[in-house]
Amino acid sequence: MSGHAVPAVEARGVGVTLGGRRVLTDVTLSAAPGQWLAVIGPNGAGKSTLLRAVAGLIPKEGEVLVEGTAVDDLRPRRRARLIAYAPQSPALPPDMTVYDYALLGRTPYIPYLGSESARDREVTRSVLERLDLDGFASRPLGHLSGGERQRVVLARALVQQAPVLLLDEPTTALDLGHQQQVLELVDRLRLADDLTVVTTLHDLSLAAQYADALVLLASGRAVAAGPPARVLAEPLLTEHFGARVRVEPGPDGRPLVHLVRPSISSMMEEA
Amino acid sequence: MTTQARPRGRALLVASVVLVASLALGLMAGAAGIAPRAIALALLDRLPLVSVHSGLSPVEEGLLFQLRVPRVLLAAVVGGLLATAGAGYQGVFRNPLADPYLLGAAAGAGLTVTLVVVFLGGDAGVAGVPVAAFAGAVGGVFLAYALGHTAGRGGGTATLVLAGVAVTSFLTAIQTFVQQLKVEELQRIYSWILGDVGGGWDQLRMIAPYAVVSTVVMLLHGRLLDVLSVGDEEAVSLGLRAARVRFVVLLAASLATASAVAVSGLIAFVGIVVPHVVRRLAGWSYRIVLPLSFLGGAAFLVLADTIARTVLAPAELPIGVVTAFVGAPFFVTVLRVTRRVET
Repeated sequence: MSGHAVPAVEARGVGVTLGGRRVLTDVTLSAAPGQWLAVIGPNGAGKSTLLRAVAGLIPKEGEVLVEGTAVDDLRPRRRARLIAYAPQSPALPPDMTVYDYALLGRTPYIPYLGSESARDREVTRSVLERLDLDGFASRPLGHLSGGERQRVVLARALVQQAPVLLLDEPTTALDLGHQQQVLELVDRLRLADDLTVVTTLHDLSLAAQYADALVLLASGRAVAAGPPARVLAEPLLTEHFGARVRVEPGPDGRPLVHLVRPSISSMMEEA
Repeated sequence: MTTQARPRGRALLVASVVLVASLALGLMAGAAGIAPRAIALALLDRLPLVSVHSGLSPVEEGLLFQLRVPRVLLAAVVGGLLATAGAGYQGVFRNPLADPYLLGAAAGAGLTVTLVVVFLGGDAGVAGVPVAAFAGAVGGVFLAYALGHTAGRGGGTATLVLAGVAVTSFLTAIQTFVQQLKVEELQRIYSWILGDVGGGWDQLRMIAPYAVVSTVVMLLHGRLLDVLSVGDEEAVSLGLRAARVRFVVLLAASLATASAVAVSGLIAFVGIVVPHVVRRLAGWSYRIVLPLSFLGGAAFLVLADTIARTVLAPAELPIGVVTAFVGAPFFVTVLRVTRRVET
């Protein structure tokens, strides 16, 4: 993390109350241009809420800046050109074709009562080609497998051509191979287009493998932030996840997190 | 590449041809047995710069232009409005079961018409029906919207639908109570509810401005309803003010419904079935569903009215009975046929 550069995306003192319940309190995060930041934390810690708050989808306290510009006061269309967001389980109308769905990513560039330009179609076409989806263009969304759906949602977000990409659990419901494919794809696109990626990821080893920096959320607060080797410390994980884990450096130096099954004797002691 | 914009032109052309054919059929059918050729010539004669002799007697001419032409046009306009409004409601609520009467338009109009018929009575009552129906429909929707907005903090569509249900049953209860007070007016109220498009040029003129504005506004929002179909949060993340789009379309659809109800009563079925048939035949996009619903709804109601006034001629069936009686089997057939194609 270079200290002097303007962060690509920055959230300061974000607080969210939903339905009278305090979900996030004073969360601050920052990602340098081209960086991959992963938000980790136990279930219910507020990871998805944080992403939605940064995307400007729910009312919040605090502020969000993209490349130094406060985005909360921007018109929605302007903001959507800076931040693209893919929810954990997107609504995919079953009859809509892959091409038409990806084309929705051009919405922030189309005037209120206007329609898509030739350029909008061109951008959409080239993104589908890049993601090897051109053969799927006329297929209805209802006929896709889990991995294909994830790629299609990613395509729609890329068509938006925003410098910041927010992905909520992009690997949910995918098997091991497809998880790897999707994350590799995100990484490749990030490097090629210099995108700044913020994801929530519940799998700690995956987060450590792909992200440059982690933010650990617990009960709505950011309790640790920094490079994976620092955030994925055994005492922190034990405290906030309530899990017995062993963390050891992997072959590439990034930490691997293992669950440790408690031995019978230690369970007897506790009982 | 693959988008649904391509088959759009052809679908619109086919629907327009169907509409023109049903209009022609509607003009020809009737008790007086005027020759189709004479009708065509009489219509041509009305065009600017054209002068032909139709051979119609003045009585026949009067029957054609004072009764049949406005009747057929009114059926077309009402059918188009109800079907487009239905499609609009379905887009706003992302629910295929939404129909134009969902938010209390029907109950509101039912109540005000009952009040006018019962308390004004006689000719004054009859004359007041269209205005009362329009005001009641608008009032019913407004009540549901206000209630849904205060009850639901998030302003979600589910609360709005529930508010519509509440308003509908509340207003219907009052209507039933008023009807019980004056049972002798029941027949008149029921024949209004079952629908009639014989209002003539006056009623056509009365709703024309509302019909045009509401239809144009709805047609212009086709693309935005497509964006809404991926859900509110995603639509907002794409830079759309989802709540505003929904409000505008709801307003236009309600205005269209109120206009239709004002001159035709509570014709059921058109608003829910026509958009569905269109969707089955032409795809999901509201850019095509909305205009095709207008054309299809117009053709459907013209045909329904033609049947209503010919099967038992000289007696007339209520048009609402025909729409349900003919429409239901037709709908089931379309569902079956298109399902077979899919698999």
